[in-house]
Amino acid sequence: MCRLSVTNLAKRFGPRKVFSDISFQLETGDSLAVVGPNGSGKTTLLMTILNGYHPTRGEVTFYRGGRRLAESQVRTSSSLVAPYLNFYDDLTAEENLKFFASVTGRNVTGKEINSLLDRVGLEGRGMDLIRAYSSGMKQRLKYAVALLGRPEFLFLDEPTSSLDEHGKRIVFDMIEEYRKNGILVIATNEREEYSLASNLCRLDQ
Amino acid sequence: MNERNTALPQISAGLISKALAIYAKDLRLELRSRYAVNTILMFSITTLAVVSYSLGQGGLSPRLLSALYWIIMFFSSMAGLAQVFIREEEAGTSLVLRLTAEPNAVYLGKLFFNLTLLLVMTVIITPLFFIFMDVPVDNVLLFVLMALFAVIALCSATTLVAAIIARAAVKGTLFAVVAFPIIIVPMMVLVTGGAKVLDGGSVGDVSAELQLLVAYSGVMITASILLFRFVWQE
Repeated sequence: MCRLSVTNLAKRFGPRKVFSDISFQLETGDSLAVVGPNGSGKTTLLMTILNGYHPTRGEVTFYRGGRRLAESQVRTSSSLVAPYLNFYDDLTAEENLKFFASVTGRNVTGKEINSLLDRVGLEGRGMDLIRAYSSGMKQRLKYAVALLGRPEFLFLDEPTSSLDEHGKRIVFDMIEEYRKNGILVIATNEREEYSLASNLCRLDQ
Repeated sequence: MNERNTALPQISAGLISKALAIYAKDLRLELRSRYAVNTILMFSITTLAVVSYSLGQGGLSPRLLSALYWIIMFFSSMAGLAQVFIREEEAGTSLVLRLTAEPNAVYLGKLFFNLTLLLVMTVIITPLFFIFMDVPVDNVLLFVLMALFAVIALCSATTLVAAIIARAAVKGTLFAVVAFPIIIVPMMVLVTGGAKVLDGGSVGDVSAELQLLVAYSGVMITASILLFRFVWQE
């Protein structure tokens, strides 16, 4: 059983307040949708939770089996899928997957890589440089990378951005399957996406 | 989790294997684009040719030859060493690396890559320098040893600086400006030591310079490992 605890979280960039006093607790099987107008701080909130930004105030704590996770453990047990994440264009999809597996201390076999690529609809394209991928294919690859280590905490920012109908279906099925066994946080304004979450956090501008 | 981790970083086998994964990735990307190595070689060979034709061959004092060699090495390395972080920023891949990799694995991976890059440059430039400038070859091995220590000293000092300037607007200029005060100490040592070697000095004559370079590299790598996470994170 895992838990994500966010307490009185606040973030400012200089004099500009992005958000303040955000608190919530999520356990395995829980999901949260973060909604709000453009510029309300949805992405900043996700990045602050993932230690991409240091919070101005408040605390974020990840737990597994009642024990607080260290920074390095959080890195290997959480994943983010977002439009602003870029992978290495001059590496193939397989090389990208192997690299992110190695850098997080995981061993991954060729069979597992093929299975992940099949799952996101990129079968047969693993040896292509991702420079040649469309934005939708790159988005699918982000899901393959995110699911590499079966993360216990999954963060999705605009989860179906750039995806066609088939890609969206794959992602919705994946979310449906994942949310039973992990903690899911989705930042979105799409009704179809936030309706998948069991809790809602609304940010104001 | 968001509290700053002030504990001393641990160098473990896991950390080294992650660093090697980052090193292998950078090496593969460089072999496909050859951007940094081409930049360094273009700069160093052009400078070497200009210096050689301007000053002519032979007759130059060991101190002048040594100064010319290390100036070429300094500016050539400045042209390419920052690429290791600039490439991540410009390709927009630094965020995914920040979120997935341990900061010290990133630092060590980038340090290993810069060491390889500068070693390749040294292996190509040093014989060309000896040929173009008609340098006497009595102590080539000792000169190469000093160049090897110089590679470690230059990389240990500039890898952290490269991470600092990677997010700035005028990266190229800023790298040389910020790195210069840090590198001036080993550069002076290298000019003095190089002059002694070219003047026929033995290992005993340059042992003080070699010790200083080892100590400098040790201090810079240790300080970089301690400071890198603060530079690398927000």
